[in-house]
Amino acid sequence: MPYNQPHPLEVRVLTRRFGLPNSQSIDTYIANEGYQALEKATAMSQEEIINEVKASGLRGRGGAGFPTGMKWGFVPRNSPKPKYIVVNADESEPGTCKDRLLIEYDPHQLIEGIMIAGLAVGAQQGYIYIRGEFRYLIGVMDKAIDEAYARGVLGDNVLGKGIKFHLATHSGAGAYECGEESALLESFEGKRGNPRIRPPFPAVAGAYQCPTVLNNVETFCAVPTIILRGAKYFADLGSPKNGGTRLFCLSGHVNRPGVYELPMGFNLLRLINEVGGGVRNGKKLKAVIPGGSSCPVLKADECDLAMDFDTVAAAKSMLGSGGVVVMDEDTDIVKAALRIMRFYAHESCGWCIPCREGTTWLKKLLQRMDDGMGQRSDIVLIGDLSKNMLGRTFCPLGDAAAMPTIAFVEKFREEFEAKVAA
Amino acid sequence: MTFSPELEARFEKFLAKYPADRKRSALIPMLIYGQDEVGSVTDELVEEVAKRVGVKPLEVREVAGFYSMLHVGKPMGKHHVQVCTNISCMLVGGAELYDQACHKLGLGHKQVSADGFISLEEVECMGACSWAPAVQIGYDFYHQVTPAQLDKLLDGLKAGKNPDQITEVPKVNC
Repeated sequence: MPYNQPHPLEVRVLTRRFGLPNSQSIDTYIANEGYQALEKATAMSQEEIINEVKASGLRGRGGAGFPTGMKWGFVPRNSPKPKYIVVNADESEPGTCKDRLLIEYDPHQLIEGIMIAGLAVGAQQGYIYIRGEFRYLIGVMDKAIDEAYARGVLGDNVLGKGIKFHLATHSGAGAYECGEESALLESFEGKRGNPRIRPPFPAVAGAYQCPTVLNNVETFCAVPTIILRGAKYFADLGSPKNGGTRLFCLSGHVNRPGVYELPMGFNLLRLINEVGGGVRNGKKLKAVIPGGSSCPVLKADECDLAMDFDTVAAAKSMLGSGGVVVMDEDTDIVKAALRIMRFYAHESCGWCIPCREGTTWLKKLLQRMDDGMGQRSDIVLIGDLSKNMLGRTFCPLGDAAAMPTIAFVEKFREEFEAKVAA
Repeated sequence: MTFSPELEARFEKFLAKYPADRKRSALIPMLIYGQDEVGSVTDELVEEVAKRVGVKPLEVREVAGFYSMLHVGKPMGKHHVQVCTNISCMLVGGAELYDQACHKLGLGHKQVSADGFISLEEVECMGACSWAPAVQIGYDFYHQVTPAQLDKLLDGLKAGKNPDQITEVPKVNC
């Protein structure tokens, strides 16, 4: 069973098989629409599959929100090189815990989504990069893959149609940086998880420098529904240009934390108050991180907004990976900013100097401030240092560390000042 | 270096997953599964993995140093207790749980008990944010851990039990 009770306001599309007896098994999957989309996709042209995904308004669920169909369209299909599908199951953005459930309760949905992506770009091999801490999920996934081979879903003759597709899991070994697509590919190739300079993007030069489709688990999991029920069905679930539903991971000071599948564009305050049962212990809401720790914080009075990529971006934050972290009136914002910076300083791979040095010095400044040893000028310095990191690194980790810090300082400056006065 | 037949079979499977000229992809999976059996990334393990994937031992060492779960040359305890104190866990008592574990075990970050049975680590987000605060022992997850439950887990470990024998606090993963 899922780790939290479902909520009546949920629109369960990707999670519709959660809670069924043996929801991990191929039999349950096939008895509940499983592999019908794959069957349908084998009769479609590559263009038709990609156009359907484009029309669905599906955008990458890993954080960036890039249109999935467009990403697939960048793969040069006439390339003589082999093509690969790589799944990012390195879920490690603080606040995010959804991909775990999608694998644990419905691994075949992921397999089907990967295989449809394979058909769309002409790939015959896929890999699922799973973070090392999720060892039990590697077991779940391997079992599902074995079942799919045994039933002729995977292999040299997919569904008896003479198509070839192979799939395997791959274990990480602990590194947030490897959730970034180019670092993930480096790590996949057996190297340190340093990011690559782009372009070329993975669509052109990804795994082994071959054309590669690389998406988040949740993104692939949405694909079978899009193909089976049509792009319009999926697009209509969400808000304009933001198709479908999204698994929101509610955590922090709420009465009912949990992972809830809601339409894109669902109101953030309703998510906290109705789905999440409100702030716990009758406290007032102070702030919310809307999409994982890299997203700038929203003050309580900024939270009446639709949770889709564009609306949250217009509020100068990001929908990110769906990790909604709720903070009540008693939360020490300096401590929160410090903890998040300790994380980025720990996870910075050290490849780019602005990120390596910036996160380290920001951590020291924030620590000094939290210890009551800060100076008034530190507040300005924290802001300046962060702004100087923006856009100056190979990968988004530098930005991910700087953006929330800038927002914490700008929106809660009085708390930083209070620490200096103390 | 000899491994158990199970690990040998696993290594063989790993090497078969990737294109014939891309064996290096098996490097990290081999290191982490190898470490599970050997205890840490030892010199011997490095040499063996290097030989099997066709790179220099130095290249393996260079890679191993990058990953937080790979313990190069220094084994963690048989039962590695990992307490998350990142933002979602911190908001609901993760940092206090970590302090509690430090005091109870008399260990700090990445320290190992004298008998090598228990070790402790303050870890970054383990992907259990909606069920915070979270603790992992080895690869097993414990969700919404209360101070009383952590006491039971640590008391059990200190009494020489395996986590599975501490039935009052069951792991949540399948």
